[in-house]
Amino acid sequence: MKIHEFQAKQLFRKYQVPTPSGGLALDSEKAKQIASEIGHFPVVVKAQIHAGGRGKGGGVQLAHSLDEVSQHAEAIIGMNLVTHQTGPEGKVVKQVLVEEGVNIDKELYLSLIPDRETACILVIASEAGGMDIEEVAETSPEKIIKVHINPLSGIQPFHCRKVSFGLNLPTPINKEFTQMLTRLYQLFIETDCSLVEINPLVITKENKVLALDAKMDFDDNALFRHKDLLEFRDLEEEDPLDVEASKFNLNYINLDGTVGNMVNGAGLAMAVMDTIKLAGAEPANFLDVGGGATAEMVENGFKIILSDDKVKAILINIFGGILRCDVLAKGVVEAARNTEINVPLVVRMEGTNVKEGRRILADSGLDLFTANDMKSAGEIVAKIVAS
Amino acid sequence: MSVFVNSDTRLLVQGITGKEGQFHTRQCVSYGTHVVAGVTPGKGGSDMDGIPVFNGVRDAVNQTRANCSMIFVPPPFAADAIMESIDAGIELIIAITEGIPVLDMMKVKQMINGSGSRLIGPNCPGIITPGQAKIGIMPAQIHKPGGPIGVVSRSGTLTYEVVFQLTGQGIGQTTCIGIGGDPINGTNFIDCLEAFENDPETKGIVMVGEIGGNAEEDAAEFIKTNLTKPVIGFIAGITAPPGRRMGHAGAIISGSSGTATAKIEALKNAGVHVCENLGYIGEMCAEIFPT
Repeated sequence: MKIHEFQAKQLFRKYQVPTPSGGLALDSEKAKQIASEIGHFPVVVKAQIHAGGRGKGGGVQLAHSLDEVSQHAEAIIGMNLVTHQTGPEGKVVKQVLVEEGVNIDKELYLSLIPDRETACILVIASEAGGMDIEEVAETSPEKIIKVHINPLSGIQPFHCRKVSFGLNLPTPINKEFTQMLTRLYQLFIETDCSLVEINPLVITKENKVLALDAKMDFDDNALFRHKDLLEFRDLEEEDPLDVEASKFNLNYINLDGTVGNMVNGAGLAMAVMDTIKLAGAEPANFLDVGGGATAEMVENGFKIILSDDKVKAILINIFGGILRCDVLAKGVVEAARNTEINVPLVVRMEGTNVKEGRRILADSGLDLFTANDMKSAGEIVAKIVAS
Repeated sequence: MSVFVNSDTRLLVQGITGKEGQFHTRQCVSYGTHVVAGVTPGKGGSDMDGIPVFNGVRDAVNQTRANCSMIFVPPPFAADAIMESIDAGIELIIAITEGIPVLDMMKVKQMINGSGSRLIGPNCPGIITPGQAKIGIMPAQIHKPGGPIGVVSRSGTLTYEVVFQLTGQGIGQTTCIGIGGDPINGTNFIDCLEAFENDPETKGIVMVGEIGGNAEEDAAEFIKTNLTKPVIGFIAGITAPPGRRMGHAGAIISGSSGTATAKIEALKNAGVHVCENLGYIGEMCAEIFPT
């Protein structure tokens, strides 16, 4: 689960990770009020959307007077912000963060992620702050510092020293940096993060460490123990169909193609998408109804797929293992009737009681095609959408 | 011969009294797996279909000589269950549970390094040596005993599809291992490839991967220098959109190596026969593997 910068900074403050002072505004009046409370210029007006790259897209502006604060806030709130992470359609900005400007001496990059290879928390830092870190990794990998922290030992001062000396920080700052990184690590562990990223982390001319930006992402599997974080979820930042699917506990991702598809199991679902593509069509979605799909899940899956206007045909591929094919076939027929399905349906099922399952489908009177194996399923559905 | 499990395996089921645990324990028993104990804290002293239930894993091991555990414990408590099995010296731990928090799994992984235990999963269908032992949730009837092919996969139903096509071509399996779809898991591709290479009955290997991480690339490196047996590979996710579920900083480590294309390339360079379209994997196996 992703959250906004201003929300991440609330958590930073709770853990005493220093951030610039400021506040959230939904309109220009409030933005001006926050700026007057800050009391000195310049101030920064920052668009709050989940995607990165906001500065380049014009979503971050410096203001030198209350009038400028008002102008920028009005321009940014309501704008359709396009960045390399939003996709070409962009995202509408609903709110801005108004923050004090700071005297930057040095811009750094700092992030924490779980490293799947070593089962450690990986700290990534670089002197090349404020830049696109992927670009830094590509052009000058020697500028990137990586420190692995074993979750059983937790963060120790030597971990922090490795980072701060690696960043060539002036000695007086080391102590403050160590405190900051230790608290950030605690925040990471205590809220089950899958990403904390600060870009840039700055050293001010007054020798203070300050998180100018903040990005956080949380492990969805761990949200059960962080009910308080759920209030940070912003449904409007997510694809509406994805949100709808998550209500049904379906694993759904909306894509650009025309072939809706429903599969049990994530790996098989990806393989089915690939098969559709190899047959010459494009998948409209990824939809995993779970390894042990039930008739009810199938019906919910239909509802989600059919609410996508792009869909011209639907392919169902279910490998009935524990769930018998005859039970599943009844479910498909019922779901198709209940949802008044209005596009051609191709069904491929395999596994226990498959013959009985196919008979039920054939006798249902529904406008559907039965495929005997995966390759023909792909070919049939591709032919349908091409015609 | 077989890999990791056989007819001597003595199975203990953690979470045996839950709905899933009960159902799948019965399926395993009816396949012929020796289920010797169950563990559900607080239900010690009772039994499930005559299988004795204990409060803790160590008790169960002491009294039944169980050497393998299968875990059906819900995600919030699953890491604890795995650790309890490691602590009790269980040789092989198979964690079926899906949805364990990453940080929990990191601790499990650190604890298992240097212990005598092997973990398969989590978020996996389990492991089956057809005709000998089924430890997991896979549909038994699609398998064909007697070998000669070993199957290893990150995905459940995708494995069933592959096995189904193998059996359809009259090709049997030595052992099929689901290593699980989580970012942090126990046994990896390399462990399984090595085991299959050392198993005289296994004559060829099917390896099924998917997008994300470097496991397939690492496996490809291993295959290049260590494997003499033919390997057929399939990677799911050519059409998967980039950036989903992958954080910004995560991309810096995986770079381009998390994509299906990069994995396919790595496997091809290692001499693996890559199947591009899953629908044809059975036919391809019939063509390539020695009979």
